Amino acid sequence: MTPTTTGEAIAARADEVWKVYGSGEARVVALRGVSASFGQGRFTAIMGPSGSGKSTLMHCLAGLDTVDRGSVHIGGTQVSGLGDKALTRLRRDRVGFIFQQFNLLPTLSAAENIKLPLDIAGRKPDPQWWDVVIDTVGLRDRLSHRPSQLSGGQQQRVACARALVARPDVIFADEPTGNLDSRSGAEVLSFLRASVREHRQTIVMVTHDPVAASYADRVVFLADGEFVDELHDPTAETVLDTMKRLDTYGEPVMI
Amino acid sequence: MLRATLKSLLARKLRLILSGLAVVLGVMFVAGAFVVTDTLGRSFDGLFADAYSTTDVGVTAVPKVAVDEVDGEEVPTPLPAVTLDTIKSIPGVRVATGLSEADGARVIGSDGKVLTSVGPPRMGTAWTGEDGLLELRQGRGPTADDEIAVNAAVAKAAGIKLGDRVGVLTLEPKKEFTLVGVWGYSGDRDSLGGVQEVAFTGPVAQKLMLGRTGIFSSIRVEAAAGVTPEQLRDDVAAALGSGYKVRTGEQMAQDNAAGLKEGLSFVNQILLGFAGVALFVGVFLILNTFSIIVAQRTRELALMRALGAGRRQVITSVMVEAVVIGLLASILGLAAGVGVGALLTKLFDAFGGGGLQLAPVGVPLAAVISSFTVGLVVTVVAAVLPALRASRIAPIAAMQDVATPDRPLTAISIAGGAVTAAGAAALGTGLFADAGSADLWLILGGVLVTFIGVALLTPLISRPVISVLGRLFSWSLPGRLGRLNSARNPRRTAITAAALMVGIALVTGVTVVMDSAKSSLRAEAARVLKAEIIISGDQNGPRPPTYDPAVVTSAAAIPGVRAAAALWNDQVSINGAKTWVDAADDLSQLATAFGAGPTAALAADQIAVSQPKATEEGWKTGSQVTIQASRGDPRTYTVVAVYAEDSLPGSIMMPAAATKDFGITQPILGFVRLDPGTTVDAVLPQIKTLLADSPEVSATDANAFVEQQVSTFDTIITMIQVLLALAILIAVLGVINTLALSVLERTRELGLLRAVGLGRAQTMRMITVEAVVISVFGALLGVVVGAGLGTAVTRALENDGITELVLPWSRMATYLLLAALVGVIAAVIPAIRAARLNILGAIAHD
Repeated sequence: MTPTTTGEAIAARADEVWKVYGSGEARVVALRGVSASFGQGRFTAIMGPSGSGKSTLMHCLAGLDTVDRGSVHIGGTQVSGLGDKALTRLRRDRVGFIFQQFNLLPTLSAAENIKLPLDIAGRKPDPQWWDVVIDTVGLRDRLSHRPSQLSGGQQQRVACARALVARPDVIFADEPTGNLDSRSGAEVLSFLRASVREHRQTIVMVTHDPVAASYADRVVFLADGEFVDELHDPTAETVLDTMKRLDTYGEPVMI
Repeated sequence: MLRATLKSLLARKLRLILSGLAVVLGVMFVAGAFVVTDTLGRSFDGLFADAYSTTDVGVTAVPKVAVDEVDGEEVPTPLPAVTLDTIKSIPGVRVATGLSEADGARVIGSDGKVLTSVGPPRMGTAWTGEDGLLELRQGRGPTADDEIAVNAAVAKAAGIKLGDRVGVLTLEPKKEFTLVGVWGYSGDRDSLGGVQEVAFTGPVAQKLMLGRTGIFSSIRVEAAAGVTPEQLRDDVAAALGSGYKVRTGEQMAQDNAAGLKEGLSFVNQILLGFAGVALFVGVFLILNTFSIIVAQRTRELALMRALGAGRRQVITSVMVEAVVIGLLASILGLAAGVGVGALLTKLFDAFGGGGLQLAPVGVPLAAVISSFTVGLVVTVVAAVLPALRASRIAPIAAMQDVATPDRPLTAISIAGGAVTAAGAAALGTGLFADAGSADLWLILGGVLVTFIGVALLTPLISRPVISVLGRLFSWSLPGRLGRLNSARNPRRTAITAAALMVGIALVTGVTVVMDSAKSSLRAEAARVLKAEIIISGDQNGPRPPTYDPAVVTSAAAIPGVRAAAALWNDQVSINGAKTWVDAADDLSQLATAFGAGPTAALAADQIAVSQPKATEEGWKTGSQVTIQASRGDPRTYTVVAVYAEDSLPGSIMMPAAATKDFGITQPILGFVRLDPGTTVDAVLPQIKTLLADSPEVSATDANAFVEQQVSTFDTIITMIQVLLALAILIAVLGVINTLALSVLERTRELGLLRAVGLGRAQTMRMITVEAVVISVFGALLGVVVGAGLGTAVTRALENDGITELVLPWSRMATYLLLAALVGVIAAVIPAIRAARLNILGAIAHD
């Protein structure tokens, strides 16, 4: 079963992706022929229990990890098989990241952190878009602060702004609310959803939190390295139910 | 706790190897110094024991002017032939042989050049036949006055064979002899300790080596059967009375070896000095490594504290690490030092002509003890501060996020200011106040304390300086990130840079003093030296090159020559005090050559003295001065002229007649002044022709002569640079260490940067900029501190003739550039590691 979003342009796509770690007894199959596509201007959540391969899938999609078989595309570019230089350029120009640990550079101010991908690429931010991003994340009065002077929620908003400001084809978010309290988490999620609704940003988010997933337009479920289910316009309840079902039927997952 | 300590020690091998390496290098120098001194010392013992193996008792006269090894050569006082007869008549004497030998028989090789010697003397002796030691290899001993024999070392080096006519320079100008014999020593040795020897017939040796016939330089006595050397010595001493030195062969061997060993101890001290610098720099490196390790282990140590470990146990755990590193480094350093010592010994021997029978390399107890003491003390001292800091980690730190806040720099900066001031004060007192023998210690201590003070101030200085320095690199993002990273931990950056500072500061300081001395010498020469052509030679060994004074007389007759003068010098004793004197064949010629006013020639009992000397001694025209030259009896001279300082060379000018009693009876320098309008090129070739029989010297134009003199300072600078390169190398290890740790600590950041699109090359550039900024900062500190030290020393030496202060800008710029290069090199490995990081692993890195 291949989930597709028909009638929409595809921002990122995985075809029959296999990923194996280790060898011999330590061999772990993280992805077993996963195919999935992520529509442009959509907010997709990837869910699944621990060890389901959801993070691996995201890493492969983002060009942070290589695939063993199958292929990965971002827009029209085949990611799998690119060399380090091309991958670096791809990440720099077409992909944005938001990590669980915020991962800001402590030596740079908030504004400098936000501009970092553009600086690396040697580009200047579009001033209008810059204002939009800064106002949306509500950091205007914090721009000259260092990360150590910001709260966790503020730091993650800086990380979000950093991902948005370069207008990448896709933003990959890895448990963006994992380190935040529920209020800060809600702020960040609303903000991500707003950027999709208002600015047609594409976001792919890995999470294990049903509430976080309910902010997405669509949720795809992985278990044991395979695609198992998907939900459109989810709510926290429907996500939770699906999760429970997956847990209950356990492995091997019957589809 | 101990097991946990050792486990964590093993887990950080690379870092410990790097910091241990600093101690290894330092200890290596210490051990090497002891091994060289010991091995060479025993080789000398063996050499002289051999040389005096046929001597039961030796008799010499007390020298007229006592000269020690450092000052030059002592001229032996000759013994009259009567003394030999007296000794022969003493009961218990089997054989007494009068020896006529002295340093200064210089053989001219088949290539027309004089055989040089770097250390061992070039002895002229009277042939006394074979004995148990000396063995003829070819031909026979000299029997006619124009015959010589030489030892095999001379024959080989000069490329001469039996039947050749060989030129020899002695107290007299070049004379030619026929080579009739070549000898060696038992055990198939070409010479004893590389000594070059020429044997003449007895009277010729006395005339050429001692100045006249019928005298001996020493008398060798062999005891009759049943008489011990000690007994014979006492009998001979009693028979001769005072004025003689009577020693057993064993004593003479010991005394001679002791003289050379004294020279060696100087080498030893230099090596130990550089070991000290290396270890001082090593302390910075170790201190830094331990601080970083403690910072990284904060959580681990806090956990141990939370689990009940006491403060003392935490301190012990850090100190145990230090002791283990210190021990390992000492062992490795000692082993390396023995190797280096063996190598240096071989080098020393090869440099000295290869004639020394080297004693087997030994490891003296002193080397072992000092290696372990130095290695352990240095490591443990460096670890004390980090250990104390570790013990202050609160148990709660185990539960918190380890965000070590930037501690304020106020306290450390105040301490730094105070220490720097104390160091500068000690240095100033040592340099400018007259504290007698404490001067040297005040200066050394002052420099050391100043370094520590500046190192303490460095974190404060680093902020503004690094931000300015870093701007140079901020045109690109990786450059800017590198700069920000280098400013991130001021203490760590500072201590890394301070280690580099020490080496660079010492080099710069020495360069300032040497360049100032060079410039002062040039200015002095320009002021004093009016002669256009100088006759001089390269001195190697204690004996200056000489030439035939007749050359100058002939030179004065060359058309276009206004004046030509030869200059002699000697160490003499006046009222028991040693002093240098000069003599000219014709003072009026010398005065003209120096541009002084017309001066009458000195009669045989007249001297001229300089104004400062006259004031110092209270002499004036008409004063009577008694002078004991190296040879002959003391003579009384009358002061007939007092000349302005620098209008003539030296401070006491003696008549030509006095030179026959000088240690070296031939002139060592010559000055030729030309008529206005005559060019150097017109006269120089003619003077060179005149010097054909004086191959030790050459004639050059005055500028070349001055540059030749000045080049000595460049040699010193180069030597210091080479030796301090070790300290700089250790500092580079520190930069590598700091960077490697930074990369490790910032793994997650690096992962992020790579994730958001920083390329590998850019990552490497970022690390490189950080390294370059730290290195250049250190070098900048070093250049500034060194220029300050050099200026202080130069100013203090103003009264000793260093009147000009020259800051060597181009050399200082070179040091900065080199530092940048060093930074680039130090960054290679950490940068490659950073660029190769697995992005995913790095981002998740804890």
